[in-house]
Amino acid sequence: MKIGALKESHAGEARVAMTPESAKALQALGHLTLVETGAGLASGFTDNDYQVAGAQVLPSAQALCQAADLVVKVRPPSTDELALVSEGKTLICFFNPSENKSGLNHAARHKLAVISMDAVPRISRAQKMDALSSMANIAGYRAILEAATHFGRFFSGQITAAGKSAPAQVLVIGAGVAGLAAIGAATSLGARTRAFDVRPEVAEQIESMGAEFVYLDFAQNDGQDSAATGGYAAPSSPEFRAAQLAKFSQLAPEVDIVITTALIPGRAAPELWTAEMVAAMKRGSVIVDLAAERGGNCTLTRANETVISENGVTILGHTNLPSRMAAQASALYANNVRHMLADLTPNKDGVIAHNMDDDVIRGATVAYGGEITFPPPPPKVQAIASASKTAEADTAGGATPAVPAVSEAERQRRAGLRQIALLVAGGGLMAVLGLYAPREFLQHFVVFVLAVFVGFQVIWGVAHSLHTPLMSVTNAISGIIILGALLQMGADLPLVQILAAIAVAIATINVVGGFLVTRRMLQMFRKS
Amino acid sequence: MNSELQTAAYIAASVLFILSLAGLRDQESAKRGVWFGIVGMAIAIAATLADSRVPISAVLVAVLAVGAIIGIVVARRVQMTAMPQLVAALHSFVGLAAVFIGANSALLGGQFDSVAERVIHEVEIFLGVFIGAITFTGSVVAWGKLAGRVSGSPLLLPARHLWNLLLAVACFVLLLLFIGHAGLWTLWLMTALAFVLGAHLVLAIGGADMPVVVSMLNSYSGWAAAATGFLLGNELLIVTGALVGSSGAILSYIMCRAMNRKFLSVILGGFGSTQAVATAIEGEQVAVEVGEVASVLASASSVIFVPGYGMAVARAQSAVSDLTEKLRAQGKEVRFAIHPVAGRMPGHMNVLLAEAKVPYDLVCEMDEINPDFPDTDAVLVIGSNDTVNPAAQEDPNSPIAGMPVIEAWKAGQVFVLKRGQGRGYSGIENPLFFRDNVRMFYGDAKDSLDALLKALA
Repeated sequence: MKIGALKESHAGEARVAMTPESAKALQALGHLTLVETGAGLASGFTDNDYQVAGAQVLPSAQALCQAADLVVKVRPPSTDELALVSEGKTLICFFNPSENKSGLNHAARHKLAVISMDAVPRISRAQKMDALSSMANIAGYRAILEAATHFGRFFSGQITAAGKSAPAQVLVIGAGVAGLAAIGAATSLGARTRAFDVRPEVAEQIESMGAEFVYLDFAQNDGQDSAATGGYAAPSSPEFRAAQLAKFSQLAPEVDIVITTALIPGRAAPELWTAEMVAAMKRGSVIVDLAAERGGNCTLTRANETVISENGVTILGHTNLPSRMAAQASALYANNVRHMLADLTPNKDGVIAHNMDDDVIRGATVAYGGEITFPPPPPKVQAIASASKTAEADTAGGATPAVPAVSEAERQRRAGLRQIALLVAGGGLMAVLGLYAPREFLQHFVVFVLAVFVGFQVIWGVAHSLHTPLMSVTNAISGIIILGALLQMGADLPLVQILAAIAVAIATINVVGGFLVTRRMLQMFRKS
Repeated sequence: MNSELQTAAYIAASVLFILSLAGLRDQESAKRGVWFGIVGMAIAIAATLADSRVPISAVLVAVLAVGAIIGIVVARRVQMTAMPQLVAALHSFVGLAAVFIGANSALLGGQFDSVAERVIHEVEIFLGVFIGAITFTGSVVAWGKLAGRVSGSPLLLPARHLWNLLLAVACFVLLLLFIGHAGLWTLWLMTALAFVLGAHLVLAIGGADMPVVVSMLNSYSGWAAAATGFLLGNELLIVTGALVGSSGAILSYIMCRAMNRKFLSVILGGFGSTQAVATAIEGEQVAVEVGEVASVLASASSVIFVPGYGMAVARAQSAVSDLTEKLRAQGKEVRFAIHPVAGRMPGHMNVLLAEAKVPYDLVCEMDEINPDFPDTDAVLVIGSNDTVNPAAQEDPNSPIAGMPVIEAWKAGQVFVLKRGQGRGYSGIENPLFFRDNVRMFYGDAKDSLDALLKALA
């Protein structure tokens, strides 16, 4: 199969979907690799680099799309680009299927197979192809660097001969992949970092990255399990939002750097950092709004622009931070694409098997065989431990106390009834025995019942590790049946004598063999 | 010897037997406890031989000698991996002896003062023979399965529950006929039917349920002895039988609880053949070479081994012991996690490890060690499968859902020693093998461990 990488046509886009390194890996899968001339230049890869790596360089997008069976790129294709890909071919890119109706229609009409890297299901097996996470990681890291460039001070606190400087105060809103990457970069620069997220369960992750989790004074009664929505936070209630804004207003005068990363799929970005909060911030502070593309988390954000507020706060609205680290972003994205192709080439023979029964491939495929296959059916595997969370709720019993309590009482009642029934039946049996059975039998029966109880008490105390010796010693003592056989040896009937003799012999095997093997075993147990 | 003295001797023997079982609460007192049992048995047999009804003849001495010699040879020769077979064989002997003694009593007949006394005596004979016969053939089949002479997979005849029920009903009808003096043939026919019933019951049970079967037969052999005691009016037999019977019953209960299954569903058999729809597993099994295992072990400071039946099959316990010694010499903490149903009989793994000279204080029970897995660097799963299956906790649709399992997956790095990609005895796919922190170390367990020992040197 020929796999070709297009040069990105979107202004300012520096990434590329195939690097010389990923080209080599694809060749190892049995594929031929093609690349449009100049595709990697902005990421620092020359045509020559690709040729050295064994890829063929083609002079134009048209030539590439004609030659390749499968086209990879980064951005959603423009109408012109889409028209170049002919019927039956496959396209892999960030297709943005939820907002790209015309693109989907075109793909379906022309029977293109489209795998959208932003539709890869967020399950653990698909992590290696989760390009959104790769890009978010870069964006979060880069956001801190952008903020540092515009911030006129150190990030770390320093005490020098010339005087001391306090550490920068960083607030990260939204602790997804980007938020966590920003926390990591900020703390490693020495800033004092705090972070907020609507999901209290990420507090641990935030703290593990070296930041403080900002707690809200808010009684949490969220019925929604945010883990059930594919790892994204769900929209929050008005009360929650009020508490959150109050907290942010309180923090605004203290913080120097604010990184906002709050995004909800398919919606405008929530407004979290209001104009009043900006006004309350110190002069020279910096806000980096990673949600700028969807309107921004900050009221003053303008996409792709740097705004300076009246009180001198810089608000950065970069929409394509990964492209500002193109070499790194291309390397990671190309690897995500390569992993996707590795799953599409299960036999490593250069033949693409587009297996629509595979959860990951099915989920990422947004158009196939003339049909739009987006949105996909829900994956069979839940995103993150949401099942275990509900299980916890069950065992705690706090969420729905009424139902289990009733069934518990019912269970108790049934157990009680059963016990009474057993006692009545047992008592009845005893009464019958007492009425008809001879005295001698009853005496034996008393001994039997007491011995059973003694047995139960004694055996419960036996160590689990000694269960095998227990069995062999009970083998030995059940050889006590030899007594019966011995007493029958003296009978007059020859047949009885023979049977009794055999019984004596085998019971002796039990007695001798059982005790000896038990001793042998017990001697093997030693302490260190 | 007068009968009062004999009774006193029997009481002494009963007390000694109880002390012997009570001694098994820990390893050190068990070593003394077994002597109580031996002394008790010697007293009981001596008191019986002194009875005037027992003829001390050359035949008797010869029979005792033959039994004792066979017992000594077997006890000396048996491999610890073959203990389950030996235990099953010894159960069958008790069952057969109970059948013979019951048959003898029927042949000898007796004088009775009242009808009730006669009926009770005849019921005792019938019951003793019935339980003994089931114990005998059941144990023989169990022995065959454990020794590999009979296929380990369950034999599932059509309408097998109906057959069992029919056999049991037929035996009951024969009991009524026997009491009604229809003749001794009813007893013989019942014996034959009970033989068939015992064999069929155990044939229907699969290999993984063997710990339950062995403890259940242990229990039966006790009840057979107790029934014989009733029949002969011998209270020492009744007491001993009751002790053994309740011991086996408790072991069966513990084993069933460890598998989260109902006792009835185990003894009615057929497990491992049902096709349950469990959640599909995501991920892939990643194989590793010996070098990587060695380097992880070299840098680990705490290691837990999880042995299973596969270790017994590969006879890898001494290699495990050598590895333990080597790792401990390097100052690492090494322990063992034992699931109650690991192996083919209760406590099987403990005995195998003891044989290989692994100190018993390193060997922990599941409940004891489960909380420690998150702080453990490396886990080696040696021939265990279902007992480390996380589906038991995480997948309510799994056939083993709710079974307590060893939480090996919580450790930093898990290596699974396994012959190939097959499934466990229950036939359930194990999601553990697909986890990110789990690597598969394929090959014969003994060869793998020997290679690992070399790589660590």
